[in-house]
Amino acid sequence: MLRFIFSRFLQTALVVFCLVSFTHVTIRMIPGNPFADEKAMQPHLRERVAEAFGLNESFGNQFVSWWSNVLTKGDFGLSTSLFGRSVNEILTSAFPVSLTLGLGAMFIALMVGIPSGVIASLRHNGWIDYGSMILAMVGICIPAFVLGPLFQLWIARNVSWLSSAGWERPADILLPALTLGLAVAAYVARLTRGGMLEVLSQDYIRTARAKGVPGHTIILRHALRPALLPVVTYLGPAFAAVITGSFVVETIFQIPGLGQHFVTAVTSKDYFLLPGLVLFYGCLMGIANLIVDIVLTILNPRLREA
Amino acid sequence: MSENEIEEPLEKGTSLWKDAWLRLRKNKMAMIGLWVVIFIFLTCFVFRWFLPQDPNAVALGNEFAPPSAQHWLGTDQLGRDMLTRILDGGQISLLVAIAATCLTVSIGIIYGGISGYVGGRADGVMMRIVDGLLAMPFLIVVILFRELIEVRVDLIGKFLTSEWGWDKDFVRRFSNIIPLLLAIAAFGWLTMSRIVRTQTAALKSGEFAEAARSLGLSHFRILFRHILPNMLGPVIIYATLTIPSFILYEATLSFIGLGVEPPNSSWGVLIKEGANYLESNVSMLIFPAVVFSVTLFAFNFLGDGLRDALDPKAAKD
Repeated sequence: MLRFIFSRFLQTALVVFCLVSFTHVTIRMIPGNPFADEKAMQPHLRERVAEAFGLNESFGNQFVSWWSNVLTKGDFGLSTSLFGRSVNEILTSAFPVSLTLGLGAMFIALMVGIPSGVIASLRHNGWIDYGSMILAMVGICIPAFVLGPLFQLWIARNVSWLSSAGWERPADILLPALTLGLAVAAYVARLTRGGMLEVLSQDYIRTARAKGVPGHTIILRHALRPALLPVVTYLGPAFAAVITGSFVVETIFQIPGLGQHFVTAVTSKDYFLLPGLVLFYGCLMGIANLIVDIVLTILNPRLREA
Repeated sequence: MSENEIEEPLEKGTSLWKDAWLRLRKNKMAMIGLWVVIFIFLTCFVFRWFLPQDPNAVALGNEFAPPSAQHWLGTDQLGRDMLTRILDGGQISLLVAIAATCLTVSIGIIYGGISGYVGGRADGVMMRIVDGLLAMPFLIVVILFRELIEVRVDLIGKFLTSEWGWDKDFVRRFSNIIPLLLAIAAFGWLTMSRIVRTQTAALKSGEFAEAARSLGLSHFRILFRHILPNMLGPVIIYATLTIPSFILYEATLSFIGLGVEPPNSSWGVLIKEGANYLESNVSMLIFPAVVFSVTLFAFNFLGDGLRDALDPKAAKD
């Protein structure tokens, strides 16, 4: 187990390193520089700014010093588009917001997805089954950028304690999290249903029935655990979907999270904020995938022996 | 098929494709999906040219007009006709998704086919690379890669207009969408290559492949003429399910402003505009959103139906 975790950790580190290097190279290969959009800057000022950000050094030197600062001091440098703010400061202020939103979305996804998938599988080929599966398909096909504005229009306007944008009151999390979570919930429901259908037709479930184990115990204790394996496997990609979905949802609801910073960092060619964000996202996804792998081996005894 | 033809076969064999078609025809949702897909294509690419309205004609004073005989779906914030805008946007959305899917299928088949056929250490290395790329967050690398190649495509575009005298607007339309579809394709082929690799690795030890080898055929011929046709089923299924996901990616990127840009429009761009004018006119959001979602719906049901029809083993009950 420890060896497995270690090797996965090394793989993730390699992937993240390649990803961040790719980001560095990409952002430098786009012509122009992060200050090109500023009003005509005096040449001597431009020189000073370039000096301050260390842009006069060779790209290799900048690259190495960026990495050594990150690894030794945890210092991601200064944002070139948001003058004077350090990337660390941006990350630490925006991350809790995105984390709350992401956790809320995941919570909604699981709380809506798993029960509806289970119920659909218990009424296999009944109207509840068809209804919820068509609903799940609708959830997949109506993307967040349609759902979000509609929620703003139809719900936020009519419910006094919900606002259509912003991030000030605790209730503000509800609509964005719902927007972000429902598509994931749809996938979770489909996976849960599929897993349950497969498990319910197996012999040991029949044995449990024959022994006279009560119905809800069969479902909760015998069937659900193996049936949720595909759902747990999906949680890694689901996490990625929530991160990238937040680009859209944070723009719609004007939430000061990482997603908005990512979009502006790309459009304004931020030399240091963008690699910092990508490094951060890469690590988050690596950790999420690692946790998923560990949970999978705990849930599935067959994986443990191998 | 190489049955030796005896004069009158007593019983006609059915091909895999005929069986699959019969199974697909029984699947109501899949057939509805198929017809909707055909309908959307016909309206966007054929019916569109019979409409007299100009989607780019700005008519100030006629903004946010409700549906009428002249503008079937009303007009937008500049008085432009919504219906033709949606159909033109659909052309871009569908073109990007389909071109990107064709690219991913080609790359995936070549890469996965070679990896599975060669096997051994090369296979291991090639699949490690795929694993590594798959671990990267898709949308983020697509955004970065698009930024990277946009400049190059722009340079080619400038060359074409200045040196070869190509039409500027024509080139500009393409220099915007080509980076986007290349970026989507550049990271979209990974799952396809995995599917093809698994199939190739399983099929290459089959008797027909051995027979082809014993005939002394070249590896190229064995791989592309004998092994690949046997995996068309999974490839078609996956390709059909790839199209809606690419439509979705394109729209997401366009929505956050990193995808299709004017003078082009796509469903994502139209939904974005609709969301901006939510308060004054909901229909500007609703119409493109409905067309968009119905298209995704149809492609997904068609893909699911194809899976059930072409891959009876995977089909549930």
